[in-house]
Amino acid sequence: MEILYLLIPLSAVLVLGILGVFAWALHGGQFDDLEQHGEQILDAATDSLDPHQGC
Amino acid sequence: MAGNAQLAAPVNYTDEAVRGLALASVAWGIVGMLVGVIIAALLAFPDLTHGISWLSYGRLRPLHTNAVIFAFGGCALMATSFHVVQRTCQVPLFLPWLAKFVFWGWQVVIIAAAITLPLGFTQGKEYAELEWPIDILIAVVWVAYAIVFFGTIGKRKVRHIYVANWFFGAFIIAVALLHIVNSAAMPVSLLKSYSAYAGVQDAMVQWWYGHNAVGFFLTAGFLGMMYYFIPKQAERPVYSYRLSIVHFWALIFTYMWAGPHHLHYTALPDWAQSVGMVFSLVLLAPSWGGMINGMMTLSGAWHKLRDDPILKFLIVALSFYGMSTFEGPMMSIKTVNALSHYTDWGIAHVHSGSLGWVGFITVGSLYYLIPRMFGRTTMHSVPAISLHFWIATLGVVLYIAAMWIAGVMQGMMWRAVNPDGTLVYTFVESVKATWPFYIVRLVGGILYLSGMCVMAWNVAMTIRSGRALPSSIPQHLAFA
Repeated sequence: MEILYLLIPLSAVLVLGILGVFAWALHGGQFDDLEQHGEQILDAATDSLDPHQGC
Repeated sequence: MAGNAQLAAPVNYTDEAVRGLALASVAWGIVGMLVGVIIAALLAFPDLTHGISWLSYGRLRPLHTNAVIFAFGGCALMATSFHVVQRTCQVPLFLPWLAKFVFWGWQVVIIAAAITLPLGFTQGKEYAELEWPIDILIAVVWVAYAIVFFGTIGKRKVRHIYVANWFFGAFIIAVALLHIVNSAAMPVSLLKSYSAYAGVQDAMVQWWYGHNAVGFFLTAGFLGMMYYFIPKQAERPVYSYRLSIVHFWALIFTYMWAGPHHLHYTALPDWAQSVGMVFSLVLLAPSWGGMINGMMTLSGAWHKLRDDPILKFLIVALSFYGMSTFEGPMMSIKTVNALSHYTDWGIAHVHSGSLGWVGFITVGSLYYLIPRMFGRTTMHSVPAISLHFWIATLGVVLYIAAMWIAGVMQGMMWRAVNPDGTLVYTFVESVKATWPFYIVRLVGGILYLSGMCVMAWNVAMTIRSGRALPSSIPQHLAFA
């Protein structure tokens, strides 16, 4: 099973990478205001379809 | 946030690639599902194509899987991710010309697959059959896709990266990695190559790829769709945004090692099989967390489900996601797998995931997306969406129920032993017993395909009465 010498280090690197991104997101304030972030996409201002475009 | 700079000329979203990819998804869906119906018919009526080699089951089966996964599903994922990343980041796409290249490049990949697979050019790896020149093109297009997607995130005007983008992003990175590692091969001619790995090593890499393709292509990507289009269509925020974040990180931390469950009772070391089984069982938790989160988005507004066929598609998709992600871990348990593996139970499982989850979430999302890409807010005919929903649901139920029964029956027949140790049934007796179920499955498949044809008509009518106008990015941003 020599292939594990490729797949296991690859998984380890990947997990470290994911941990790094998670740490960046956490300390960068990505998860600071989760309630508001969930509602943000429903904000009328983000809806791009202008009324005059409707049929 | 530099407010003054934004008061300049209005900036439009770049939706050309989104439109093309969304329409391509519908068209390829019909092609892929038609090929599926043909091979389902071939199993019941083997002489149907009169022995023409390029219309034989072995040639058309990979064409079916590639067309539905990478053409129907792939185009839909690219269309929705390009749409969602622009709306949630409030910026047009990074390098619009590269997005166009992604669209055309992906169509070339699909057409190359549609030509080479029936002609018999294949690497013989399930879901990775395409020969090396096409594999290289896939890698190039995929890197371009990643540059456009992450470039758009990089120049976003909304500081928070919405959860759907995390799912899309993980899907894009993981598929690039999986594709490059699994497709490593030594070419001997333009259309023939040998895998870089041999024997059980190759099997391990293949199913490391194969199951993660399911996990990241058919799950993470479509969860990105789910987390954007369900809240938009229901006009409510996702039930628990916090849980959606937990769902994402839990899923990507645990997914990578479920693959060995495809190799139970093979030459793969026993411990590696057990590792695959344990990781598969662990996956039940984040999967069901996500499913419940999506469904509970309608909490307090369940009445919307009664009148809105798009929401029906989206929510029923989630119930199939829940069913498949329960069934999958159960089937990965070695003792259950001893009964289920190599039978049509596997086919039932795959199709409850693909027709039920992937198909329904895609169709629901496209019904939301397509009218908005053509200056409308609704499809041409809402009753036709309802019709599509009911035909498709009946089709899926017939399909998976027939294959479940057939699969368990085959497993029981194959393991039945007489007191003297001989087998009770020959293999061909199990084939004969399966025949009626192949017919029911064929009917289910035809129904599902008919639903897609209704959708194609509805889409064509919607485009005819709509206009592909650019939509502008809102200028007043309250959040930053």
